[in-house]
Amino acid sequence: MGLTQIGVSILAALLVGAMTRGAVRTYLLLFLSVLAIYWFQPALPFRSFDFWIPSISLFFVILTWFITSQAGAWKLRQNLIGLFIIVVTVLLVDLTRYIFPDPFLTTTTTPRLIIVLGFFVITAIVISVFTFLSRHIELTISLVILALIAILVVLKSPDLSLQTSIFLRTLNNRPTDTASTFDLRWLGFSYIAFRLIHVLRDRQLGRLPELNLPEFATYVVFFPSLSAGPIDRAERFASDLRKEFSFSQDETLLAGQRIVLGLFKKFVVADALALIALNDLLATQVRATGWMWIVLYAYAFQIYFDFSGYTDIALGMARLAGIQLPENFAAPYTRPNLTQFWNSWHMTLTQWIRAYFFNPFNRWMRGFKNLPAWIMILVGQLATMLLIGLWHGITWNFILWGAWHGLGLFLQNRWSDFAKTRVTASTPHMQSALRLGGILLTFHFVAVGWVFFALSEPALSWHVIMRLFGLA
Amino acid sequence: MEQNKPRLFPVLIKAAIVFVLFNFAFMFTKNISPGKLSLYNVVFPGRERFPFGESPRAYNLSLFNLDAMFASHILTGKEKTPDEYRVILIGDSSVWGTLLTPEQTLAGQLNSSALTACGRNVRVYNLGYPYISLAQELMILDEALKYEPDMVIWLTTLESLPMEKQFGSPLVANNPDRIREVIARYNLNLDPNDPALTQASKQDQSFVGQRREVAGLIRLQINGLLWSATGIDQFYPENYERAQTDFEVDYAFHDFTPPISLREVLSFDILEAGMSATNVPVLLVNEPILISNGRNSDIRYNFFYPRWAYDEYRNLLAERAQQNHWNYLDTWDLVPIQEFTNSGVHMTPYGESLLVAEVAQEIQMICK
Repeated sequence: MGLTQIGVSILAALLVGAMTRGAVRTYLLLFLSVLAIYWFQPALPFRSFDFWIPSISLFFVILTWFITSQAGAWKLRQNLIGLFIIVVTVLLVDLTRYIFPDPFLTTTTTPRLIIVLGFFVITAIVISVFTFLSRHIELTISLVILALIAILVVLKSPDLSLQTSIFLRTLNNRPTDTASTFDLRWLGFSYIAFRLIHVLRDRQLGRLPELNLPEFATYVVFFPSLSAGPIDRAERFASDLRKEFSFSQDETLLAGQRIVLGLFKKFVVADALALIALNDLLATQVRATGWMWIVLYAYAFQIYFDFSGYTDIALGMARLAGIQLPENFAAPYTRPNLTQFWNSWHMTLTQWIRAYFFNPFNRWMRGFKNLPAWIMILVGQLATMLLIGLWHGITWNFILWGAWHGLGLFLQNRWSDFAKTRVTASTPHMQSALRLGGILLTFHFVAVGWVFFALSEPALSWHVIMRLFGLA
Repeated sequence: MEQNKPRLFPVLIKAAIVFVLFNFAFMFTKNISPGKLSLYNVVFPGRERFPFGESPRAYNLSLFNLDAMFASHILTGKEKTPDEYRVILIGDSSVWGTLLTPEQTLAGQLNSSALTACGRNVRVYNLGYPYISLAQELMILDEALKYEPDMVIWLTTLESLPMEKQFGSPLVANNPDRIREVIARYNLNLDPNDPALTQASKQDQSFVGQRREVAGLIRLQINGLLWSATGIDQFYPENYERAQTDFEVDYAFHDFTPPISLREVLSFDILEAGMSATNVPVLLVNEPILISNGRNSDIRYNFFYPRWAYDEYRNLLAERAQQNHWNYLDTWDLVPIQEFTNSGVHMTPYGESLLVAEVAQEIQMICK
């Protein structure tokens, strides 16, 4: 999101908080969020794809709601209103092609109305088929989860992205030699997919409370948290929507402080640090060990201030509209061990992974009675962190980054076990020294891990690590 | 406790007042010249040449704050020692060193030659800047004289002399007060009220008006870290378009065609002002140019110069040098065609080395 989009979003959130109450607030938030997914979608090299990509996101939102809600729930008034808002908003976005001479909201001209109507018909047919299949709810949910994961895999894998881009260019009679892995930028899909999978899994496990369509759709595509999270839980989000919200000066001031803090973190600190942060080019150009550490520190703080800045902006914006999104960061670089670091870095992703992968995976492993505990811990930590790595991108470097943290968590777990009875700090000074040592060690472990995250190739990362330790 | 809670509207009003006051106060920073505040030569080593460039891969940027440019230069951070013979180089992009690393430039190669002059160690400072205008070069020279040079070497070429080009340099156009001082001090034949000189309004002098310049100053400091870490201050493309050697039938030099005489349209007064601006020896060098052997090379030496214009310029320059007893070195045909890179005045490291040999000899002759 650029500054203009942030500015307009803040005003929109302020308007919603100040002017609307109850269900109207939900309807207005839904309308604005649907508009936002079209407006925020980056330009794509294919005509009208910046319209189709958000439309497919909405398709998944509606499909998931139909699958996970009670049979016939769509006939309820509020759900029909929600459906009406989504359809009308999509139509409004599409009709801009007939009103404005240049694309408005989208970056390329939207498709012809007849094609969009055709899309609605196809959506209705697919939903009907899935509703019919809902007698086999396990199968239906699994199919949708698989589809979401398949899209994630294509988007996150450079090779598959490139091949898909070449395929789409061929279909569109476009030159294929300029195809790039960046051709398929799908705004917020990682977050949308994780929110949908959470809802689908909770439905499978029978622990999903009933949500109406406006609440559900607003939850998935809520405009403040669309591009950079956090990943809220649906029932918590819906409870905020249902709560009576009184717009007050105090609340506005607190939200404003959070937004200003976020803007400062992102656009002053992070963007300045980005100029000197480690990247592929600097990795080959930096001449000395000391400077390599400095550009690595710059990267470590840049990624923190960038991400946590966006989170602050999202939290502040949401608060203006009466939604208390969950925190995503809690001073992660001041944590004395890696477990605590991961409990305070991108917390909502960690919680998601813990709930939907780590815990079920560990339960499954406990079925192997003869497996030693340390192997279970190692495999559990490694698999979890590899998954987090792959969520960022299916490349060797993200795999190495995941493995680095997985091994780190395992070693820290073993050390904690070992040190519990053997290493004790007898004085407060000793305790402080141990804590400070832990903080420094954890920060540097995380910072060295960023080498894999920041760079594109394992060989380049290895070169940087060698240089960091004076070996190159 | 309730009373201590901040209230929204007073906060907004106070913020607005502070913002207005800050903008107002910022207008007065012009007199204290914030460009002189620099991390270079304190935290980071000074740059070997002025900041210039737009590629983010070069860890450099162009800015028009002459104070900041000097503050980032190694010249201003070096205390002159008794055994240093300080030489400053003034000139255009060929002196600055387009496509050359700092070590490959004229200044860099002279320094690695470990010359001595007047019994002292010669240390050469590159004050070239990549626009062609004598007024710009005089403005830089005027500032550089504060740093106690023992010798000035001024490399020039015909392209920097036409009167119409003098305010064309963005560095000149964006330093109107400074160039007016130079015009007045040296009694130059330039119009101090030329509309090309950008005069900032009061509003432009506020923080909001100056935000880009402030951002430029901050970026210059941030880039200092990368300059220190990498030693890179220019983007070096793997491939570039080589200087043109085939030409159309074109006799024009700017808007001038024969039989017009260049005597009246070249700014020799600026050259004369610079040559007499200091009591220390000044060596004027007519820099090497590409002499083409391609199509219509009987009409043009290169992209810049038709033969008639360049030949006349050389005669006029030699005449002035003789009349004024200048230390003058004409190296126009010193460098073979293959040693030029992307322009008729930009040379390869070997081309520079040919010039280094000539200039080094002159330095030692002037100061035996």
